[in-house]
Amino acid sequence: MSTQGHTSATTPSGPQLVAALDDDERPAPAGVLRACSTFAWRGLLKIRHVPEQLVDATIGPVLLLMMFTYLFGGAIEGSTGEYLQFVLPGALVMAVLLTTTHSGIALYADRTRGVVDRFRSMPVWAPAPLVGAVVGDAVRYALAVTTVLVAGLLLGFDAAGGVPGVLAGALLVVVFAFALSWIFTAGGLALRSQSAVQSAALIGVLLPVFVSNVFVEPSTLPAVLQAVVDINPISHLTTAVRGLLSGDPAAADILLVW
Amino acid sequence: MVSGTAQRSTSKAGGEGPLAVDAEGLVKRFGEVVAVDGLDLRVPRGVVYGVLGPNGAGKTTVIRMLATLSAPDAGRVRILGHDAASDAAEVRRRIGLTGQFASVDDDLTGRENLVLIAKLLGRRNAAARRRAGDLLAAFDLSDTADRLVKTFSGGMRRRLDIAASLVVRPDVLFLDEPTSGLDPRSRLQVWDVVRALVKRGTTVVLTTQYLEEADALADRIVVIDRGRVVAEGRPADLKLSVGAGAVRLRVADAAQRETAVRLLADATGADVVREVDPLALSVRTETDQQAVSALAALVEGGVELSDFSIGRPTLDEVFLSLTGHDTTPAEEAA
Repeated sequence: MSTQGHTSATTPSGPQLVAALDDDERPAPAGVLRACSTFAWRGLLKIRHVPEQLVDATIGPVLLLMMFTYLFGGAIEGSTGEYLQFVLPGALVMAVLLTTTHSGIALYADRTRGVVDRFRSMPVWAPAPLVGAVVGDAVRYALAVTTVLVAGLLLGFDAAGGVPGVLAGALLVVVFAFALSWIFTAGGLALRSQSAVQSAALIGVLLPVFVSNVFVEPSTLPAVLQAVVDINPISHLTTAVRGLLSGDPAAADILLVW
Repeated sequence: MVSGTAQRSTSKAGGEGPLAVDAEGLVKRFGEVVAVDGLDLRVPRGVVYGVLGPNGAGKTTVIRMLATLSAPDAGRVRILGHDAASDAAEVRRRIGLTGQFASVDDDLTGRENLVLIAKLLGRRNAAARRRAGDLLAAFDLSDTADRLVKTFSGGMRRRLDIAASLVVRPDVLFLDEPTSGLDPRSRLQVWDVVRALVKRGTTVVLTTQYLEEADALADRIVVIDRGRVVAEGRPADLKLSVGAGAVRLRVADAAQRETAVRLLADATGADVVREVDPLALSVRTETDQQAVSALAALVEGGVELSDFSIGRPTLDEVFLSLTGHDTTPAEEAA
């Protein structure tokens, strides 16, 4: 091959390139755990670089909580204070569920880029990028839960369940969201466009949230809807969280959630 | 030596041991479309191997199969003797891939991208950061290392992409159109890196639409079209296979043109083409020697020339004559 005289004039060259290319080190690739933790680190970095994306995990749910409490609270429960007591656990559930949609969307965005090809061509445990992404999401869930809880307490929510009840409730929601996020992850893999993922996720979350006991007592609903609400896993989750937060946990509901 | 050349000496350049890439009978279908249609590929070790073809020829599909990203519908792939299907982990330990659409993470900085890869490939935190820093410096990305990749220019992104493939220097590096969309200077930079890598024993398999790139860089070329191999060999052999070249000349005096036609026909035994220009002639020759003696015959015969050239066919002409259709116009950008 002819080596033209351009070498010295162009940038990636010279001793640094030579040194970088001469590096013969070939460590054993990261194992399953290290691969997962490295991908989790990637998920956290993404949050750090685009903190705006946390708005939908924090401010959004708080706004909804306040809207429902003060706009509809009086109409539904007679007083905003009492409705807050009813709706906060549900708002908690909704906040986290809305956040789970992010998994599918982020995954879709990833898949359409070449970076997934690079990961797949590397000698690392193939599901590690997914695990990492979901672990990164857990941070988002925790943040959503904390924000809504703090907002609720500031608004006057009385957590009769005390600290253990609150923690257990939060944990239950996060675990549920974690499980649900895998559904969106699968959706993110299966659907064709980012907007499809986005709207599917929104419908998939909002519909079951509204047709549940999150906002209203099922007893006020028509019988058909009541039946749906009764089999809706989100109803059971909400009931369980309500129980935990108010210090009156119904073990049956917690188990049902599992 | 004219047409059989494409087949010869596949084993010589690679030295001992298995081929870098040994693919047999690869088939890949996407629904009704047969993207790759019974393709064989034998890449000796330590060479730059160019996979040349127009858009839609199946280049990327082939690379994806070689790099364990997609399973062929038929056929098998071996990389350095390891089967890509049954021993993918071992293959992945030895290859690097830079895809056509930059395989880097837009939402991270350049440095984070490289640290991420280094960690996944087994370096501990400090060592990973050190390796990332070295590569950033080597690829002239130090100044922008802490900016998000989505703000990078095309050339910077491609350099980062290639750097990411070299975190651990691979035995076989796949570059899918590494220079498409790059300015000429950035292309030369990529070429430098490829040459430097091959010097260190890496086998580079690169796809390109740029005939000039394959000519300048590749030790061997395979030309594929519609998922099939249409030719394989050294760039020079491929040019030879469509004739060594042509003598093009202009006589000083139009009256001497017919004399020149007779002399050229005698010397080459080929048909002499009378160009539209009343002074111009051309004749195809099989060897350079023949071209030189044809010119000598003209000088001895007293024909005065105002201009002449002995040209090799360009790879564009090679492609046209091999596939029967033109390359796409988009690739003439450089």
